[in-house]
Amino acid sequence: MTDTNARIGEIVGSNDVVLFMKGTPLFPQCGFSSRAIAILDHLGVPYETVDVLQDQEIRQGIKAYSDWPTIPQLYIKGEFVGGSDIMMEMFEAGELKQLISEANIAPG
Amino acid sequence: MPMAASDIEALIKMALPDAEVTITDLAGDGDHYAARVVSEAFRGKLRPAQHRMVYEALGGRMGGELHALQLTTAVPN
Repeated sequence: MTDTNARIGEIVGSNDVVLFMKGTPLFPQCGFSSRAIAILDHLGVPYETVDVLQDQEIRQGIKAYSDWPTIPQLYIKGEFVGGSDIMMEMFEAGELKQLISEANIAPG
Repeated sequence: MPMAASDIEALIKMALPDAEVTITDLAGDGDHYAARVVSEAFRGKLRPAQHRMVYEALGGRMGGELHALQLTTAVPN
């Protein structure tokens, strides 16, 4: 468990924008993950993804890591931002774009 | 294992008695819901904290028997 936490911390710490999701950007395996990818693509920001279906430890561990029960989960600059519903709300309000520009992430 | 919309609403209202809860059955299959929850209890809290309060009200069902719940939270106008 602490091992998994350390692994997640390493992933979150070494990628400016990272999405833990089910499947891959090309083949999302869940509607919520698909929606999260669509938002990130629309923002045109470079991002990494982690397919939790390929790693059971991370699939369980990520829920404990941020005390958040569902996947996808978005992290920007090491901070938990939210799941796909929050991403959508923030996207529609222009807040996600603002967060990304304030985080100084170069456009892809 | 699907959950009835009325059960979801009851659980949320038990934890947030002032909440105005609107539940939509997205696919008509009793398994894919959207919930909009408006409560004074959300005031001053960031969105992840607001959503956690609803998830807590659902007592661990979220991500388990309740897979597909689109959640929107807001404070009353």
